[in-house]
Amino acid sequence: MAEAIQIAKALPVGSDGKRAGGWWGVLALIVTEGSLFGYLLFTYFYLASQSEQHWPPEGLPMLVMPGVNTVILLASSAFVWACERCIQRSLLRWSLVSMALAVTLGIGFVVIQLNEWSKLTYDMTSNLYGSLYFTITGFHMLHVIVGLVILMVLLLWIALGYFDHRRYAAVTIGGLYWHFVDVVWLFVFTTLYLSPYLY
Amino acid sequence: MKDVDQSIPDSSLSRVPEVGFAPIGSPAERRLAELWESAPGWRGWLSTIDHKTIGMRYLVTAFIFLLMGGVEALIMRLQLARPDQTLLTPEQYSQLFTMHGVTMIFLYSLPILSGFSNYLWPLMLGSRDMAFPRLNALSYWIFLFAGIFLYASFPLGEAPNAGWFNYVPFSGQDYNTGPNIDVYALGMVLLGISTTVGSINFIVTLFRMRAPGMSIDRVPILVWGTLTASVANIFAIPSVSLAFFLLWMDRQLGTHFFDVLNGGKPLLWQHLFWMFGHPWVYAVVLPAMGIVSDALPTFCRRPLVGYSAVALATMATMLLGFGVWIHHMFATGLPTLALSFFSAASMVISIPSAVAVFAWLATIWLGRPVFNTPFLFFAGFVILFVIGGLSGVMTAAVPLDLQLNETYFIVAHLHYVLLGINVFPVVGGIYYWFPKFFGRMMNETLGKWSFWVMFIGFNLGFFPMHLAGLLGMPRRIYTYAPHMGWTTVNMLTSVGSFVFAAGILIFLVNILVSLKRGVPATSNPWDAPTLEWAVPSPPPAYNFAVIPFVASRHPLWEERLDESAGRSSLDQGYLLMEGRETIGTTPLDAKPDIILKMPEDSYTPFFLGLFSALVFVGLLLHWRDFTVLMALTCSLSLTVWMWPRKALVQRVPDNKHDKETVHG
Repeated sequence: MAEAIQIAKALPVGSDGKRAGGWWGVLALIVTEGSLFGYLLFTYFYLASQSEQHWPPEGLPMLVMPGVNTVILLASSAFVWACERCIQRSLLRWSLVSMALAVTLGIGFVVIQLNEWSKLTYDMTSNLYGSLYFTITGFHMLHVIVGLVILMVLLLWIALGYFDHRRYAAVTIGGLYWHFVDVVWLFVFTTLYLSPYLY
Repeated sequence: MKDVDQSIPDSSLSRVPEVGFAPIGSPAERRLAELWESAPGWRGWLSTIDHKTIGMRYLVTAFIFLLMGGVEALIMRLQLARPDQTLLTPEQYSQLFTMHGVTMIFLYSLPILSGFSNYLWPLMLGSRDMAFPRLNALSYWIFLFAGIFLYASFPLGEAPNAGWFNYVPFSGQDYNTGPNIDVYALGMVLLGISTTVGSINFIVTLFRMRAPGMSIDRVPILVWGTLTASVANIFAIPSVSLAFFLLWMDRQLGTHFFDVLNGGKPLLWQHLFWMFGHPWVYAVVLPAMGIVSDALPTFCRRPLVGYSAVALATMATMLLGFGVWIHHMFATGLPTLALSFFSAASMVISIPSAVAVFAWLATIWLGRPVFNTPFLFFAGFVILFVIGGLSGVMTAAVPLDLQLNETYFIVAHLHYVLLGINVFPVVGGIYYWFPKFFGRMMNETLGKWSFWVMFIGFNLGFFPMHLAGLLGMPRRIYTYAPHMGWTTVNMLTSVGSFVFAAGILIFLVNILVSLKRGVPATSNPWDAPTLEWAVPSPPPAYNFAVIPFVASRHPLWEERLDESAGRSSLDQGYLLMEGRETIGTTPLDAKPDIILKMPEDSYTPFFLGLFSALVFVGLLLHWRDFTVLMALTCSLSLTVWMWPRKALVQRVPDNKHDKETVHG
């Protein structure tokens, strides 16, 4: 029964990967942030379904660049994952390269997205669709920027030699947040770019 | 190299935790006190991350907000005591009822419960602190700053004035041009951050910080209540934060979410608000019900009847609570089919509620009740809960709700529910845990007086509101004409509210008197069963000199209950004293899993809280550069906070080999 606690067992000390409090904390943060995007997308679908306007008012969105951008963001997630694997195997130089590539791709996503915004003929005050489009992509952009800051700080810490195969919880936890930001984009992308083609 | 790593384990990365004794006064105990105590003076005051200090701050701050909200209510009751009074202007009345609601619902009812849980959780769970002690401090500071923020425009006569649920379009820029609503909107987003991080802390604490052996079916019901509320919060808070943020954007940045002329929908506000609002109602009552479920059995001299049923009912209530928000919107013209579903779901909630009520009744019935002050408050709570629950089932019926919507009947219902299920358990809980908090008993005579005055005043004040509602008196009117037939009920309500306030006053006097002259309390004055009563009163900074091993649901009643074969070990346990340390256990079985390094006291939470609040000040005043600067200082504070520390073994310890194995 539960009385059979193994008292004399050696236990890890400190922030040990997924046993660290931070891992659990960020999981909970992701739940609440995921809900936030859930409510944002609910707002979009609610207003779109109730709207008497032509939807989207400016015609169907172009898919090419946003599609490319989606691939860029997912690739950056892959490099963050690779970075963690390299640390696990004590390939610290490779982990540094991998994280640097992830950051570069993330910045690329931001630049392309800003460029997409600048090409649009409407802004958030033009009409209801504009308010929704810029608020939802803006919220996501904010998360990407926060995520990028996290990745850059991680890059610095890896460069300073803080982590190796024994302790690297910060990379696991920060990486988890970045994966979340990328997965959320898939939902945003599907809602804003793909769903208008369905009706 | 790999072989070396395995044969000589690095003790800073992995070790067998020492088991031993640490009685008061032993060298081990003195070392623990040294490790865990905060610095004296203002430094310790500002930087402490002790959950007991933070919990007490939550309790005191929230209680001050209760008194402020109470004074607002009394002023309104003076205005409504007789027809055609002119004590208040309509605008003043609007601001008062709005601030009364905002204060009671957001600044009192959940924070006070967070206070209890912050103080009690680690003691109940056999831990030395919460999972994230610094986050705990941050959560308090942001709560405090958000409270000040929400009140900032009150002295200027520009307080929020559109009711606590703040419906658009009335709260939109067209009809409400002042700063009133902007203060409310931004303040709520700020407060949401506090509630969210606090909830995350509770969730992780429950799953990771329990003493070895305290499997998930052995935690006190208060823990179940707060856990359920916290999980609900992290799903529900984003909804209201988003709603308020969208409203602020509509008002200040020219977006169109609620702008009827440009395709926006006012009902979107109601959906987002109540998708949050209804789970919130349960978030502010379930932990309070947990207080009763834990404390009532102590005074019935037997364990709670139906522990598992009550724990499951707690979670079932919350689950259903996410599917009933439309019952706040029955009168908005939604399709009948939707109304029927939500009406049915609302009625179904009475089932888990009844499970809890019958469990309490059975506990009293099968026990040998001791009729002292805490018991009276808990028993009184059960009565008020039944009355409030019945009026709830009534308004869950669509046709009746269409009649009673926006009348004083609803006001009566929500006050029976919120005061009955929150304030009575809270006051009872303070009577119960006061000896633990301060090492002194509260005065029993004054206690009984405070209960009876509060109970009579409450029912005298709020029961006639049902009648006022049935007589057709709308809520939120600042006065009424003499011939409406509402004069007597209103006078009764006003008298009752002042009697109730007198009861609260007696309670406060009792606190002050008992703090000074109360009888010194032993560690377990009520002969209660749970772990918080195993430590001295008041508890030392480190909580538990040794981390206990728990073998049953009632560690202090094991001899007489004989629930399980094993016995809990309270005097002998993990010492864990190489720095601030506690044990992390597995989520369900509570098997030892990791030695957690706990952070030292830190100023960072205070400054991060301050800078976050200043970001919102900047947004309110349209100081763009200031806002950006404060956001930057926030991220800087966070980076400092998160910087991996060797002391916490967040980064690799520097020792011997390994540098050269990098390229393996």
